[in-house]
Amino acid sequence: MSAVTRTGPAPSPVVPAPATLAGPVTQARVVRAEWTKLWALRSTRWCTLIAAVLIIGVGAAVAGSGTAYRVSAGNPPAAGVSAALLGVLIAQLVLGVVGVLSFSGEYGTGMIRATLAVVPSRLPVLWAKLIVLAGLVLPVTLLCAVIDFFTAAAIESSRGGSAISLTDPGVLRTVAGSSLYLTVVVIIGLALGALLRKTAAGLSVFAAVFFVIPVIVEALPRTITGFAPYLPSNAGGSLWGQSASSADALSPWAGFACLCGYAVALTALAAWRLRRRDV
Amino acid sequence: MIEVDGLTKRYGGKTAVDGLSFVVEPGVVTGFLGPNGAGKSTTMRMIAGLDRPTSGTVRVNGKHYPKAPAPMAELGILLDARSVHPGLSARSNLLALARTAGIGRRRVNEVIELAGLGEVAGNRAGGFSLGMGQRLGVAAALLGQPQTVVLDEPVNGLDPDGVRWIRLLLKSLAAEGRTVLVSSHLMSEMAQTAAQLIVLGRGKLITESSVDDFIGHATTAGVLVRTPETARLGQLLAAPGVTVVNDGTDLLRVSGATAEQIGTAAWRAHLPVHELTPTHASLEEAFMQVTRDSIEYQAGATR
Repeated sequence: MSAVTRTGPAPSPVVPAPATLAGPVTQARVVRAEWTKLWALRSTRWCTLIAAVLIIGVGAAVAGSGTAYRVSAGNPPAAGVSAALLGVLIAQLVLGVVGVLSFSGEYGTGMIRATLAVVPSRLPVLWAKLIVLAGLVLPVTLLCAVIDFFTAAAIESSRGGSAISLTDPGVLRTVAGSSLYLTVVVIIGLALGALLRKTAAGLSVFAAVFFVIPVIVEALPRTITGFAPYLPSNAGGSLWGQSASSADALSPWAGFACLCGYAVALTALAAWRLRRRDV
Repeated sequence: MIEVDGLTKRYGGKTAVDGLSFVVEPGVVTGFLGPNGAGKSTTMRMIAGLDRPTSGTVRVNGKHYPKAPAPMAELGILLDARSVHPGLSARSNLLALARTAGIGRRRVNEVIELAGLGEVAGNRAGGFSLGMGQRLGVAAALLGQPQTVVLDEPVNGLDPDGVRWIRLLLKSLAAEGRTVLVSSHLMSEMAQTAAQLIVLGRGKLITESSVDDFIGHATTAGVLVRTPETARLGQLLAAPGVTVVNDGTDLLRVSGATAEQIGTAAWRAHLPVHELTPTHASLEEAFMQVTRDSIEYQAGATR
């Protein structure tokens, strides 16, 4: 046996490229990143909790007050359910704050610079925020709406009101519709935050569109408010029986499609601005 | 490597960066200097793709950064302004950035330890001091072990221990073959850390050179002469382009003449000389001189 000796040239002492752990940016990874941010923020958890309490609590209060709801020719089951979902109208403000803040909060704190420096193609950030917000709001509010339905139904029937079932005409659409409505409203909040970049501006416009303008329009003479059913709150409200302009409301799904149209248009504008403008 | 070519950025009518071209090579620390408003931060934002150039191009490691498939492996950046969410903990801030590139918790914990943030990683970043915020920003820049590191004023707000940490960190990053571009207002710190310099004035390139050349070319370099005959030697040396300053002691500060010329002149006139020391300008003096010239030139040129 002989000792093994190395005869060839030694490996070249070229400094190897430093090993890197950073992989490519993918939409799925950006979604995970945005979820990390969204759920780690206290404001998100508080707003979600408050929205849940509002939806269920206001529903129980409505069901337990006044005269018990009796189904009749002018009072369909869906209208009773819709009344028990009144808390959604307040919850939309709380959840709208989460939507607006998820973009404007990053501009306000400066984190947007770090966010877009690691995702320089930018648009995946917008899509990821949209996905995580919808992924949070839709299941949570749907669960709340269902709990609210059963709670309110139990309270009503204990007070001698009509027994309403999820299979009655329009009831399931009303319950699920309130949750779909809230989800699209939050996406509109997100788009406003991304477009306007300032929390105060985003929240003001959001509150004006969903709370102030519908009230003003309702107070104006009918002859000049033909557009009222197309206001986002009224159009979306058609889906779950809460359109303020009840007389000439759009059909449920036409109204919801109209609301979605606003969300798509605003999101497209936000995407365009995010791509084009300096941070 | 960072290659900047004909870079121009205008905001409305104001030109922040004006036809800037330079190359930052890997393996050494490159200092990025210039007075306030010279366009350093704007240039850094354009390198990271946050601001779009009005014209010109920036390439990071040979690529157009916004189209890089794995951005965090290419570039790590610390910007002058805060870029963390105050409502999130240091760890959550880092984790959110890390996840975009599939970087795991282990690396996040590594950079937390590296930046000396181990004990406060769970605290909300909003409660951090300026120095701790800087450490967090540097940790974020290092997350992806990027080929190129760009840091805007990293020692701003750091304690002496932190300043030393940054100095060693920058040198070790460069020694690993990475490209390191760092701006600072602390010239003494830059003189210790950087080997190359890029100097801006009013958005334009003034100088791109090694630190040694930059200091060597400064005309504030002079000769220190100690003599009991200050008045006579001063008269002897008087000539156009030569300045002699006497502060009342036996010391003369002479610029515009070499030690050889002064020594020979003194010997011929039989004047005693007790000390003859060529002095170099400090980086700070060289910087002041070069940027002042640039601003004067700029002001004259725009009239």
